[in-house]
Amino acid sequence: MSKFPVDKIRNFCIIAHIDHGKSTLADRLLEMTGAIAKTEKNKQVLDKLQVERERGITVKAQTASLFYSHDGQEYLLNLIDTPGHVDFSYEVSRSLSACQGVLLIIDANQGIQAQTVANFYLAFESQLTIIPVINKIDLKNADPERVESQIEKVFDIPREECLRISAKLGTNVEAVLQAVVERIPPPAGSISEPFKALVFDSNFDHYRGVVANIAVFGGRVKKGDKIVSAHLSKTYEVNELGLLRPEEHPTQKLFAGQVGYMIAGMKDVKEAQIGDTLYHQEQPVQALPGFKPAKAMVFAGRILEQELDNYPGGVQHAIERLTLNDSSVTVQRDSSLALGAGWRLGFLGLLHMEVFNQRLEQEYNASVIVTAPTVPYKVLLSSAKLIKSRRAVQKNVVYIDEQRVMMKYLFPLNEIVVDFYDLLKSMSSGYASFDYENAGYQAADLIKMDILLNGRPVEELTTIVHRDRAYSTGKAMCERLKESIPRQMFEIAIQAAIGSKVIARETIKAYRKNVLAKCYGGDITRKMKLLKKQAEGKKKMRRIGNVEVPKDAFISVLKRKDK
Amino acid sequence: MMADIFRKASRGFSPCLRRFSDFRVTKQSLESPSTPLSEQASLYVHWPYCLRRCTYCNFNKYIPKGNNEEIMAKCLQMETETLLQLSQVSCITSVFFGGGTPSLAHPSTIAKILETVSKKVTLSDEAEVTLEVNPTPVGRAKLKDFHHAGVNRFSIGVQSLQDNDLKSLGRDHSSLEALQTLEEAKRLCPSSVSVDIMFGRPEQTVESWSSELSDMLRVCDDHVSLYQLTLERGTQLFKQVHGGQIHMPTEDTTAEMYQAARETLQQHGFQQYEVSNFARNNSESRHNLSYWKGEQYIGVGPGAHGRFVPLGEGGVAREARTQTLEPDVWIREVQQRGHGTRRRIQLGHLELLEEVLVMGMRMTKGINHKNWELFSPELSLHEIFGASLNFQELQQSGQLILDDRGLRCSWKGLALLDSILPILLVELDRQIFPKSAS
Repeated sequence: MSKFPVDKIRNFCIIAHIDHGKSTLADRLLEMTGAIAKTEKNKQVLDKLQVERERGITVKAQTASLFYSHDGQEYLLNLIDTPGHVDFSYEVSRSLSACQGVLLIIDANQGIQAQTVANFYLAFESQLTIIPVINKIDLKNADPERVESQIEKVFDIPREECLRISAKLGTNVEAVLQAVVERIPPPAGSISEPFKALVFDSNFDHYRGVVANIAVFGGRVKKGDKIVSAHLSKTYEVNELGLLRPEEHPTQKLFAGQVGYMIAGMKDVKEAQIGDTLYHQEQPVQALPGFKPAKAMVFAGRILEQELDNYPGGVQHAIERLTLNDSSVTVQRDSSLALGAGWRLGFLGLLHMEVFNQRLEQEYNASVIVTAPTVPYKVLLSSAKLIKSRRAVQKNVVYIDEQRVMMKYLFPLNEIVVDFYDLLKSMSSGYASFDYENAGYQAADLIKMDILLNGRPVEELTTIVHRDRAYSTGKAMCERLKESIPRQMFEIAIQAAIGSKVIARETIKAYRKNVLAKCYGGDITRKMKLLKKQAEGKKKMRRIGNVEVPKDAFISVLKRKDK
Repeated sequence: MMADIFRKASRGFSPCLRRFSDFRVTKQSLESPSTPLSEQASLYVHWPYCLRRCTYCNFNKYIPKGNNEEIMAKCLQMETETLLQLSQVSCITSVFFGGGTPSLAHPSTIAKILETVSKKVTLSDEAEVTLEVNPTPVGRAKLKDFHHAGVNRFSIGVQSLQDNDLKSLGRDHSSLEALQTLEEAKRLCPSSVSVDIMFGRPEQTVESWSSELSDMLRVCDDHVSLYQLTLERGTQLFKQVHGGQIHMPTEDTTAEMYQAARETLQQHGFQQYEVSNFARNNSESRHNLSYWKGEQYIGVGPGAHGRFVPLGEGGVAREARTQTLEPDVWIREVQQRGHGTRRRIQLGHLELLEEVLVMGMRMTKGINHKNWELFSPELSLHEIFGASLNFQELQQSGQLILDDRGLRCSWKGLALLDSILPILLVELDRQIFPKSAS
């Protein structure tokens, strides 16, 4: 590895709006540099997680080191793949801190979208070199000229600097690699400095412990070295080091400018904090500037299943491990007047929460109930008059080009937290996109609404709503519950109530007859399948009074709103 | 006693047909508890052909092309022999010819199959041999020959006494023809004729159903099977209902129809012994009871199902077996290797118990402790269910009874059996494998 002096190293990310082709370009780069064989199967190779493959999205940033020859010289290019969804911009910002440049991918037909802008600003603020790459030029409606104009106007980057490629077909992708070598500066820092590395990501491996992804900012580190974590002031011995290609390739040493992984006997999730600095025991250094912690926008309270003996340590442990790999999730013990005792997990968005839940189930076999996401409210103790807020206030409007306009509004978060994005997309046939940031707190007229099943309140569904919305929200929740709770041998009354006043109600009729008419020798197989499925379903149900409620009911209530 | 002898005497004797070995007098001996489960079985034979397909039917049935009769008959015999050999049973307790329309087959086919059975194992004269009959004039004319061939019980698909209903359901007979067939069957096999009737038909009302049922009870024999019409995906009726041309009665209505029927039948002296089956004068179907009691059965013919231990191969566990669905393919397989078994799955201890539970609870008498013990010698019904809170709730609300006879549904519980069974299955799983993660 020492044949790669710092000046022959390039650390870069690919950033883009969702589906503009980051992962496909990553596949091509891997193929072209020989990291993976060229086959049909190289679709989103870096998306290792099951949930990523199933949904076709990148959730967790992955890293790969590539070897590339340019002008007779060998270079080490470290590529970090990043998610594009609006929920995961924090992952992007952490990856950026380990890079010196980015490839900003823009779809040749769609042009600049909301996340393009958001990611651009992230890179720009970090003073990274930005290489604009216009992708999907192979498609019929591609209009790279127009996109280049947009780029000039919005980002102030000369159109000559744009590259036009088709990642799918591989067209002009070689030019991308050349641009990375020629335009992105090598990392600062030299081998002669004291060792200093940034932990920008990590995984937990059951057998080997914490595997930290590090970017070496200075010096060198080898197996057996004693290193210290700046955050905890704890010392560790380096057990294993290596590159990611994208699979692990162990090496003896890592040098300044390189990106790779390290295993150093850390057993607990808390020992490898994202953003931490590592240095040699004998040579302490100034810690690298910390990250901006992510601001959670959506909260979910989780009820822990009582019988969770299939995972040691229970759900708490599973959550901790998962949050190690995803530090944009905030975890708090919580007890509030409205919600009672429990947990509060904060996510960057609904997709983030769903993906997290799915990973919890798939990777840790943990079965939990996710309940109403709520947005954080600050309670005003003063008895000042509450100001009735307007639901949205327009802030400004900017015309990007003849076809596109960007509008800024101030919204109460509650109004957009569930399905605003979906509605916006469907109303604009998919053209509109949006991004959000926290704009502080505003006073509003709020009340607590209970949901009751046969008279019993369901704590997990208690919500705080704006008074104007109470009836429609209550009604919608009752309707959703009616659709998701199966019939039982008695009638079920679903009610939404404010205090003792019932404001909405739905009823689920009791079964009067529920038995298969014919069940002879040939019918039993099919019947058993069905019954066993129902029995399995019953095991996962939550009992509220005498009513059996499936887990999905809780989630489906959240995905409410008028169709 | 005399009735028994008369019955035997009235059966025709024909050479090369059934062997009349010992005259067993009592019916009970066939179900002697001392006979281990794997020494006997009942036999189901599937005749896959129909002339038409009724609009509600999604069974494994086919319109015959050409003259498959002979080949089918030969193959049925061959598969019967192979599977009897495989099961190593010494005795067949009952035979059921189902389908399709078994009454389309030639009576000699029936005779040959029965002969194959009696050549290989003991097939007592007391053994119930049932044939399903489609009550067309053609079917009616063949009843006598079927009887000579060895059939001693007829199950007649009457379905409805309303001619326009029969038409819209795609049936190919009138109600008069059905009644005439019924008469003939009763003449040949008194007290051994069953009728199938359907409720919950399109446009039906509780009143029209009640009066139709009363008409039926005036003329039927001692056994009635009552089925609720269910919509199955892929049937013509399903399409018609979803297209809005036909309206089915509401759930409440059909629930009422079922309850009304149960009461009416009871008033006429019929004892409900299973969810859909009612009998008087001890005319319960022994064949179907063997399903619900968890006994072994051998399925022969395309799409037939079986449950038995293949002792002939050295097997020790009961298997769930299915024969190949398509008649043509099935025929080829039987010709090549003697049988057309498509799937075989071994039933583990828990799975077997689950089946015994689900089937047994369909009987009004439920599962008695002795029968349960045959399958679960280590854990009794009390031990499995007694302590469960969910179970106790069902007892307290009057749906279930667990006493020294056994476990069964109450009158009202039976109508909600499919809501009760998942709860019982969860408990059973818990007790048999207390630590398993599922």
